[in-house]
Amino acid sequence: MSAFLTVIRRDLLLAMRRKNEMLTALFFFVIVVSLFPLGIGPEPQLLKKVAPGVLWVAALLASMLSLNRMFATDYADGTLEQLTLSASPLGLLVAGKIAAHWLTSGLPLVLLAPVLGLQFDLGGEALAVLVAALLLGTPLLSLIGAIGAALTLGVRGGGVLLSLLVLPLYIPALIFGAGAVEAHVAGLAFAGHLSLLAALLALAIFFAPWATTAALRIALE
Amino acid sequence: MLSVANLSCVRGERRLFSGLAFELAAGEWLHVQGENGAGKTTLLRALVGLSHPDQGEIRWHDQPISDLAEDYRRELLYLGHYGAVKEELTPLENLSLAASLDGRSLDDREALAALHRFGLKGREELPVRFLSAGQKRRVLLARLVTRKAVLWVLDEPFTALDVKAVDMLSALIAEHVTGGGMVILTSHQAMPIAGGKAVKL
Repeated sequence: MSAFLTVIRRDLLLAMRRKNEMLTALFFFVIVVSLFPLGIGPEPQLLKKVAPGVLWVAALLASMLSLNRMFATDYADGTLEQLTLSASPLGLLVAGKIAAHWLTSGLPLVLLAPVLGLQFDLGGEALAVLVAALLLGTPLLSLIGAIGAALTLGVRGGGVLLSLLVLPLYIPALIFGAGAVEAHVAGLAFAGHLSLLAALLALAIFFAPWATTAALRIALE
Repeated sequence: MLSVANLSCVRGERRLFSGLAFELAAGEWLHVQGENGAGKTTLLRALVGLSHPDQGEIRWHDQPISDLAEDYRRELLYLGHYGAVKEELTPLENLSLAASLDGRSLDDREALAALHRFGLKGREELPVRFLSAGQKRRVLLARLVTRKAVLWVLDEPFTALDVKAVDMLSALIAEHVTGGGMVILTSHQAMPIAGGKAVKL
């Protein structure tokens, strides 16, 4: 367990030393979301309707941005090789790297989303639902993305391939995540959407580190 | 004891080596020799379990290394071609993080002693990217001291090192071997250390 926490500490430390990578994705999210109200115009009804979809799609794309660096830098400088040879189980270390990715690229989105949601005239309760959905959904994005990042490791032009591979897999998270907020705005029950999102997350926590580890071993051979 | 039987590796269409067999007991070291492209690195990567040989078996204390997994890796230290240090972190952070990833805590005094031994006094708190190639290599080699491994597998450990560092590393290897450790290394230099075996690819 201490190795798990050490990987998180290491990756957070690295993220603090090169803040620009983290901030780029964050600014991307802010700008993309803010462009929509400007482009569509001041129509509260319409904005309210598109808000969940826009926020979620922007969150997907923003978390994609940092995905190909998840293992690539460690792979390039040989530290990934050392991680696989460490005395701790690789699955645990990979889980730590995924957790660190969420902390640096997912959590900031969750914290920013309510502020950006105000531009779309979302009410207090709708914003709470949005935050809850993102809180369940963004770890899912990191987990699924890790599999893609490991599979495309060392492939030339891997970044584009990674998007093609991972974005279709993000669709369930998008449907249920945006669906929860849409349902609330429309006055319907949204708990079902969140439950499904949580179920997907539980499934991914169980399988994604394992699949990522297998993919990394292939990449390193 | 490490024993290798009938090992063969194929890269693409090319058979790098086949029927390779050797044994290494405590207090012995092995010099893997061969031309560029002969498969030295491939052999070392197979020995540490990073890649799978096409044929043959590698055993550690009479058990296949694939069965031992973490128990084998705990006794092993592999230093490859790569820097394997994080450029943004300081030498001290690199060392202590590497140690705690292995599940053991390293106090600063011990880490500093290792760095000083490798001539990095005054560079402990400087991000590694400001160091020279040889100094980066020394940060990596400091792990030889801080990680208590039995089997050292070193791929070209003398690259980028100056004369003083080469002497120091040779002394360290000799010390490890006489203390009952095992070392497998590739190098194009002659190695004046007793108890050596050689394998030619």
